[in-house]
Amino acid sequence: MTRTGYWTLQSITFLVAAFLLLPILVIIPLSFNPEPYFSFTRKMVMLDPDGWSLRWYREVLQSAQWRLAFRNSVTIAAIVTPVATALGTCAALGLRHLPSRQRAIVTLLISSPLVVPVIIVATGTYLFFAPLGLTQSLTGIVLAHIILAAPFVVITVSSTLTTFDERLLRAAATLGASPIRAFFRVTLPLMVQGILAGALFAFATSFDEAVVTLFLARYDQRTVPLQMWSGVRDQLSPAVLVVASLLVLSMSVIVVAAKIVETFLSRRGRT
Amino acid sequence: MTRPYARSGWALLLPLFFFIAAFFVAPIGAMLIKSVYDPEVASLLPATSRSLVHWQDETLLPSSPAFDALADDLRALDRDDHVSQLGLRMNRLQPGLGDLLQRSALKLHHDGTKLGDIDAQWSDPATWRTLKTATSVFTPRYLLNAVDLVLDKDGSVIRQPEERQIYVRLFVRTIAVAVIVTLFCVALGYPFAYVLASARRGYRTLLLFVVLMPFWTSLLVRTTAWIVLLQRRGVINEVLVAAHVIADNERFALIYNFTGTIIVMVYVLLPFFVLPLQAVMRGMPPQYVRAAESLGGNPSRVFRRIYLPMTMPGVAAGASLVFILSLGYYVTPALVGGRTGQLISNQIAYHIQTSLNWGMAAALGSILLLVVIMICFVLSRFARPGRLAS
Repeated sequence: MTRTGYWTLQSITFLVAAFLLLPILVIIPLSFNPEPYFSFTRKMVMLDPDGWSLRWYREVLQSAQWRLAFRNSVTIAAIVTPVATALGTCAALGLRHLPSRQRAIVTLLISSPLVVPVIIVATGTYLFFAPLGLTQSLTGIVLAHIILAAPFVVITVSSTLTTFDERLLRAAATLGASPIRAFFRVTLPLMVQGILAGALFAFATSFDEAVVTLFLARYDQRTVPLQMWSGVRDQLSPAVLVVASLLVLSMSVIVVAAKIVETFLSRRGRT
Repeated sequence: MTRPYARSGWALLLPLFFFIAAFFVAPIGAMLIKSVYDPEVASLLPATSRSLVHWQDETLLPSSPAFDALADDLRALDRDDHVSQLGLRMNRLQPGLGDLLQRSALKLHHDGTKLGDIDAQWSDPATWRTLKTATSVFTPRYLLNAVDLVLDKDGSVIRQPEERQIYVRLFVRTIAVAVIVTLFCVALGYPFAYVLASARRGYRTLLLFVVLMPFWTSLLVRTTAWIVLLQRRGVINEVLVAAHVIADNERFALIYNFTGTIIVMVYVLLPFFVLPLQAVMRGMPPQYVRAAESLGGNPSRVFRRIYLPMTMPGVAAGASLVFILSLGYYVTPALVGGRTGQLISNQIAYHIQTSLNWGMAAALGSILLLVVIMICFVLSRFARPGRLAS
């Protein structure tokens, strides 16, 4: 490659990286804004300590609405994650036993909730749930989230199973292990990485879902994304920036922790 | 593999199948049905509905049993909310018809007058024709409306009056936005994915982090971040004003319009393009490019003839994903689209939440689904594993 070509490519990469990263980073300093606006004040730019405050952090922590939203989001995700993970893991194990043609068709069916536009899923769910009394209900939201989260689990668990060596099970059988024992002692430990990654995806999907939830939630069932939605749309209060910063922070912690667990597991798997 | 294995495979798949059938397939089916099935008016006017089925020659007035049936039905509407519900529904169908029904119901309650004496419109077969379409349980009305068509009084399909043609334009705009967003993602994502795929370990980890960071960040957080950047007193305008690039009164309108929708959607969907593409690029055996170079191909020629065709499956996969996701995007246009950045999804949400015209929401959703399926079908023909340019 020519020199100019190389540097053009590197500068494009740099600009795209800035495009991807800057928006997320810019909200963190703004969340310390003392004013009720979404913009930097002169004092903040001058790095004057008086120009920075924890006003909106206090506001969020004391707000009953935000607390309720957090509780709703966590409650929903806490039910969705284990159910979606169990359903998805079972399905991934089942998929492995199918002949490849059937497997392709079934995979397509299972992943279709990810391909069908979410507005269609939301509309269908709303119209179907309304006569069943599942609108304006947490149960309805949980059921819809499971459908959106489970495909991620199937995909991640399936991808760890592709490298699974079938002979290990035969070895376990010749050594006298029952199929159930072999599953728990051989298959499960080798799948655990995929299951954890899938569970993380399921949690994130549920925690972040806004459209189906918007259609199904009653006013007191607002989740964090819905509360942010109204914060952006109706009030435009910097409290939204505080929650956004907290979410970015906790997301980073979770991803780093997941990375550490993954390294730990793969190291243990090798010895 | 032996049969018992396959059987246990199906057994393990069963729980998820049940969930998908009950809470995904059934809802989509309910939406499709709702777009043509509408028993509400028929349930409010049951006798009329039954009686009008037998009305053959629609250029003449129906026979007197139909008049009696309607009078009975209207008298039986004892609850006020049913009367107003009927009025609302019929006015939506044909302005004035709902008022006529409400007025007639009121008169019939108070005295025993005959329907024909209440209003001259009851002596017009056209009124009865509209009533007949309204009281049948299956209706093409919503689907027709969703593509800006209506049934006129004679029952033939005509275009909506100019001022009520909104949906076709919105579908076109939705597809246009999806095309523009996809093109931007390809233009920005291809070079980035190339550098990401060919980078050395440390640099690669850094770039992967940069792509995955927005991917893992809440959609609402990302949209909020762009409002902070793009609004009139936002970071970008402030910086430009402070740097004297633009005057204070010339701030760019970057958000709450079409531009805003495009910028934020490109941002949100870019990782969906980069990630599959870089996987394809990394999985590509390097010997073809090396062979071409050793045969004396200059870099741009090698890129055009070898690298680009070989990475096309990745481009196709990423671009299809971006295109289909943007067709149904709701959150971003709703929050940053303003008036000119609204897409078809916003109309669907409006009918579900505000106008409570569920049939219309179902019809728009069904047509969007049809568009998506057609596009998927066309794309799957193109996205076959690429051949090497000979």
